[in-house]
Amino acid sequence: MSEATLPDRATNLAAPAARPRTARRTGAEGPVVQLLLITVSLAFLLLFLLLPLISVFVEAGARGWAAYREAITEPDAVAAIRLTLLVAAIAVPFNVVVGIAAAWAIAKFEFTGKNLLISLIDLPFSVSPVISGLVYVLLFGAQGYLGPFLKANGIEIIFALPGLILATIFVTFPFVARELIPHMQALGSTDEEAALTLGASPWRVFFAITLPNVKWSLFYGILLCNARAMGEFGAVAVVSGKIRGLTNTMPLHVEILYNEYMGAAAFAVASLLAGLALVTLALKSLLEWRYGDAIAAARRH
Amino acid sequence: MSVAVTIEAIDKRFLAFQALRNVSLDIQPGELVALLGPSGSGKTTLLRLIAGLEQADAGRVLFGDDDTRDLSLRDRRIGFVFQHYALFKTMTVAENIAFGLRSRPRAERPDGAEITRRVKALLELVQLPDLERRYPSQLSGGQRQRVALARALAIEPQVLLLDEPFGALDAKIRKDLRAWLRDLHSRTGHTTVFVTHDQEEALELADRVAILHEGKLEQVGTPDDVYDHPATPFVCEFLGEANRLPVKIVGSQAFLGDRPVLGGLTQNQSGPAALYVRPHHLKFVDETPLSIPGVVEQLRRTGALRRAEIAVAGLTKRLDLDLTSQVAPAIGERVRVKITHATAFATA
Repeated sequence: MSEATLPDRATNLAAPAARPRTARRTGAEGPVVQLLLITVSLAFLLLFLLLPLISVFVEAGARGWAAYREAITEPDAVAAIRLTLLVAAIAVPFNVVVGIAAAWAIAKFEFTGKNLLISLIDLPFSVSPVISGLVYVLLFGAQGYLGPFLKANGIEIIFALPGLILATIFVTFPFVARELIPHMQALGSTDEEAALTLGASPWRVFFAITLPNVKWSLFYGILLCNARAMGEFGAVAVVSGKIRGLTNTMPLHVEILYNEYMGAAAFAVASLLAGLALVTLALKSLLEWRYGDAIAAARRH
Repeated sequence: MSVAVTIEAIDKRFLAFQALRNVSLDIQPGELVALLGPSGSGKTTLLRLIAGLEQADAGRVLFGDDDTRDLSLRDRRIGFVFQHYALFKTMTVAENIAFGLRSRPRAERPDGAEITRRVKALLELVQLPDLERRYPSQLSGGQRQRVALARALAIEPQVLLLDEPFGALDAKIRKDLRAWLRDLHSRTGHTTVFVTHDQEEALELADRVAILHEGKLEQVGTPDDVYDHPATPFVCEFLGEANRLPVKIVGSQAFLGDRPVLGGLTQNQSGPAALYVRPHHLKFVDETPLSIPGVVEQLRRTGALRRAEIAVAGLTKRLDLDLTSQVAPAIGERVRVKITHATAFATA
């Protein structure tokens, strides 16, 4: 009997003591603070993110549909779009392969210099893109260290496609690796060990176990990498030389048009880039909504 | 199918940590051996070395007559069950179990129908029929454990290695799975080595128990051997509770202070010694020559048994005694206890 009544009394005693504390958290000042915070963040988002985005599309359509089509189908614009797609089509797969290799090395092995490697992977994030571009000019430019050698052998890097690709690869390198490293570290290597003891070859372990385990963070990393590869301005601007129809990417094309007071055309091309951003955002949200748990481990950084 | 495993003078070091020191162990074909020890004793390292997941700094492991250093992981044909199962999350139960078969070189790979048939048979063996299409996340801990075992058995291993097979399960399921594993072993007859830190599990399940401590093999023997005749004080204390009495051995008798408490000692080791006595090897007696007087200070319940704590003059710790009858002394009662079995280790 006494055993049965004891817990009851304990909860009765604890309840009144606990009530004021919980009341404070969700009560009086709670909603006001909540409302304030939500208002501030919403106002910020509206003013700094949504309005500019809308204005891009509004300005793009300001001269009507025909002008918009004209702006994005004229030869220089088409060349810029094709160049941007080409650069991304080379830089992104390259970074995927190297990013996976780097993440694999860091997550699954212990070796000296590992911390240095991790810092180096982050380097492109901490260096201004303009510097990244300048580095390549210094290395491969006409007055650069390797300039004479390249010139003698007829290899063009700066003010040509290879330079654009190099600069883009440098700037977008961290995206894939940084998505994968924490996820792979969290997973550990027991799955791989299990597969090896079952007799799988290293290739089979990679394609049947490792890759499927991290596929969502990989996809996520590719999305971000691609968005940046297509949108990169600073580093590309330095190495491109902005030769219309030849080394002009979309972001550079937008700037040129704008500087030449062709606002509507500039915004028309910009709207394509903005559209890409929106598609990336939508895919990312879809991924998170659909595979939130699987991705959660990858986002802890 | 079963093969003998011979471990010869293994040394293993991780940076500054000496994980294994000169460990040698012979495992008979079809034997079920437990590697028992506290955490950090090197038992899991030894298991991983047998598997080939770690390389020894010195010494070697033989499967039958084959030196495993010459064998690839695939050729070792070991079934390894990981502590947290390591089931492939992106594959169904059937795909998990079939993985080893599908990983074989094309020439040795069974066809699709054969694989399906074997997966079905294995699921029946581990008593999980009709779970082929489930994903590991949809299974309970005990079910995952058995799927992991089925997956390991699928490659028809020469040796089955289990790392803390019941570590992540709750007490009730542990007991059930223990009996089931014992039964499975007697039916399939694989040479099996499992790692555990639970002495009860090791003693109940294994044909022989190998006790590791700080990277050294302390003792190997049948459960009865190691429990009744521990080779070292560590083994004695690790395998179960024991009272430790500082005694002096003269001839065949042990003296607590100047009172003889145990006779008939066979080891001829005169001098100071520690006498280890398990709680159920103490009993209440009436006045007899070799008995220890004391006062009952505490009565407790330990599962099925009741335990009395007895204060004895000259001992800093109370003696623990398991009561065998329902008749219990009162607290404060003066009693006499007698040692029925003990192990002595010289302390000088």
